[in-house]
Amino acid sequence: MDYQINHLKELESESIFIMREVAAQFENPVIMFSGGKDSILMVHLAHKAFFPAKIPFPLLHIDTGHNFDETIRYRDELVERLGATLIVGSVEEAIKSGEATEEKGHNASRNALQTGVLLASLEKGKYDAALGGARRDEEKARAKERFFSHRDEFGQWDPKNQRPELWNIFNGKHRMGEHFRIFPISNWTELDVWQYLAIEKVPLPSLYFAHKRSVFERDGTLLANSEFIDRKDSEIPFEEMVRCRTIGDVTCTGVWKSEAATIEDIITEVSTTRMTERGGRTDDKRSETSMEDRKKQGYF
Amino acid sequence: MSNYTNSELLRFTTAGSVDDGKSTLIGRMLYDSKSIYQDQYDAVVTASQRRGEEEVNLALLTDGLRSEREQGITIDVAYRYFSTPKRKFIIADTPGHIQYTRNMVTGASTANVALVLVDARNGVVEQTKRHAIIASLLQIPHLVVCINKMDLVDYKQEAFDRIQDEFEKFAAKLDVSDVHFIPISALKGDNVVHRSEKTNWYDGPTLMYYLENVHIASDHNFIDARFPVQYVIRPRADEYHDYRGYAGRIAGGVMKVGDRVTLLPSGFTTGIKEIKGADGTQEEAFPPQSVTVLLEEDFDLSRGDMIVRQNNQPHIVQDVELMVCWFDHEKPLAVRGKYMIQHTTQNVRCIIKEIRYKLDINSLHRDEDDKSIRMNDIARVVIRTTKPLFTDPYRKNRITGSVIFVDEGNNSTVGAGMII
Repeated sequence: MDYQINHLKELESESIFIMREVAAQFENPVIMFSGGKDSILMVHLAHKAFFPAKIPFPLLHIDTGHNFDETIRYRDELVERLGATLIVGSVEEAIKSGEATEEKGHNASRNALQTGVLLASLEKGKYDAALGGARRDEEKARAKERFFSHRDEFGQWDPKNQRPELWNIFNGKHRMGEHFRIFPISNWTELDVWQYLAIEKVPLPSLYFAHKRSVFERDGTLLANSEFIDRKDSEIPFEEMVRCRTIGDVTCTGVWKSEAATIEDIITEVSTTRMTERGGRTDDKRSETSMEDRKKQGYF
Repeated sequence: MSNYTNSELLRFTTAGSVDDGKSTLIGRMLYDSKSIYQDQYDAVVTASQRRGEEEVNLALLTDGLRSEREQGITIDVAYRYFSTPKRKFIIADTPGHIQYTRNMVTGASTANVALVLVDARNGVVEQTKRHAIIASLLQIPHLVVCINKMDLVDYKQEAFDRIQDEFEKFAAKLDVSDVHFIPISALKGDNVVHRSEKTNWYDGPTLMYYLENVHIASDHNFIDARFPVQYVIRPRADEYHDYRGYAGRIAGGVMKVGDRVTLLPSGFTTGIKEIKGADGTQEEAFPPQSVTVLLEEDFDLSRGDMIVRQNNQPHIVQDVELMVCWFDHEKPLAVRGKYMIQHTTQNVRCIIKEIRYKLDINSLHRDEDDKSIRMNDIARVVIRTTKPLFTDPYRKNRITGSVIFVDEGNNSTVGAGMII
């Protein structure tokens, strides 16, 4: 008998282990759900981890108000299908109540505002563990992230203070008011995620697949022509077959030309592409250490 | 697509000092296996230019955090990913300095392979020995010694042979069984991914070929059945009214439906009724699978308990002897110190009974007089726990033979232990 498993099965086993560990070590965990493929994967894995019981954590969505319509539709369908509990933290409301200030100008985005609303939602729900779909291959500052990432009372991440993780042993002990960010799919790469979703036949938001959309070009990236973006007069919109490789807000998610209509097409494209997944994310481009700086402030 | 979905996962550590060119080697592997995207490469070109460097510094691909980029060195364990059609690789990239022993130990804990880098001009130095000792202590099953900068010694076989000799003499004292030597130049690319024409006297594999083909399937323990209960699944819904599933990750051995098993600590015996994996029911389960086990009779098992076979049990002990690597930068490990211990899914408290000796990580010398165990030190220690642990020697099983020490005051992980 061959006692071997392939890498996707091993990754799946590891992620399931992490999620069960969270359920065992924490009082009140929550899954941060954005509607993107990584959080969809997480929910799929959580469902397997606890089957036949329901997922013992609610889903938390920080809604900037600038999401693609398709993202919201998908989220609502998923929640209903799994019988999950959905909690929504609204950036729009935070702006209205004065807690958050809208950015202005051509490059305005509500991305940075999510942090404040996220921290407020976590505090309100008294969650001591927030599971997120971040992966270590995504970005430089995530290469050193742990599975169990300790955050202080301000939600802040200190790279010098992270606990060593050895073998299968995860130390989630914490004081009142502190919480952990947990990243069960840390070791998955973008390609792993797509291959797994394809094999498992998980339904995905239509945004990931080629569709015709009105777009315009800015700094070498294509952005969706949306009411939420302050488009300059020189930026002329045109129709193009595009898809999203990563899904953030409309305001900062680059779309790119693609004919990939099926998940197999996407896998081929991703395997042979010359640009990283987040290469089209203008929020990462703001400086070389953009992600690290945002993490220190408590961003996802 | 089928090529990429049927590959194994291999984890390896890279240990070498800044000057040994380790980051250059990783950058070279990522670059030559086409695992680096164009925009990442472009960003590095820009960053190199901004720093006034002449050649594209591949090491910049791996240095991430702000303070590192400023200092030009790597500080913590960083995880890099790449795949070839044969395997998916996870690199635990750690610094080589002695003050980062704890990082190396961390990265080494789950590794299949240790990649030790040697500068061909300098040969086996203190650092090389230290890395080999750590690989041996952490029981990394395979070691590959890369003799780098061969371009600076004219690709001479004598240089390679001399270093191989030196290392083998030293390694004879260690617990390492599978060691390979490869002459490379990370900077020029010789024998990393592509075979070099300059080392015709060498007929071994390139580094990439070695990594793609080294046999890792036997790196798990498939002999001694060990299932630490991690979480109990109780749906309590009508459909699954009496369902009680013991979820966890198989830590050793092969468990089959129908097996007679013993439950620890109670000692009760029963049979395995069903095993549920990620894809539904399975007939058997082995490491590192995460499964849910259902038993024939209802016993009130909980997290921390263990399911094993009657005739092959772990050592049930409260007095434990271990090799410890200390992490705490504030407080040294001291006799009568009290800590929390995490062993598989169990949490107990312990007290340090005795420090037998401090291990010199460069020479293997055991100092029985020096009992000051500080951060990055390694010592042999005896502890007593408040409750029994179900252990195996670390040499037999890395999961049931390992523990971490947690500080009761600030909750930080202050040490790692390997049971003797």
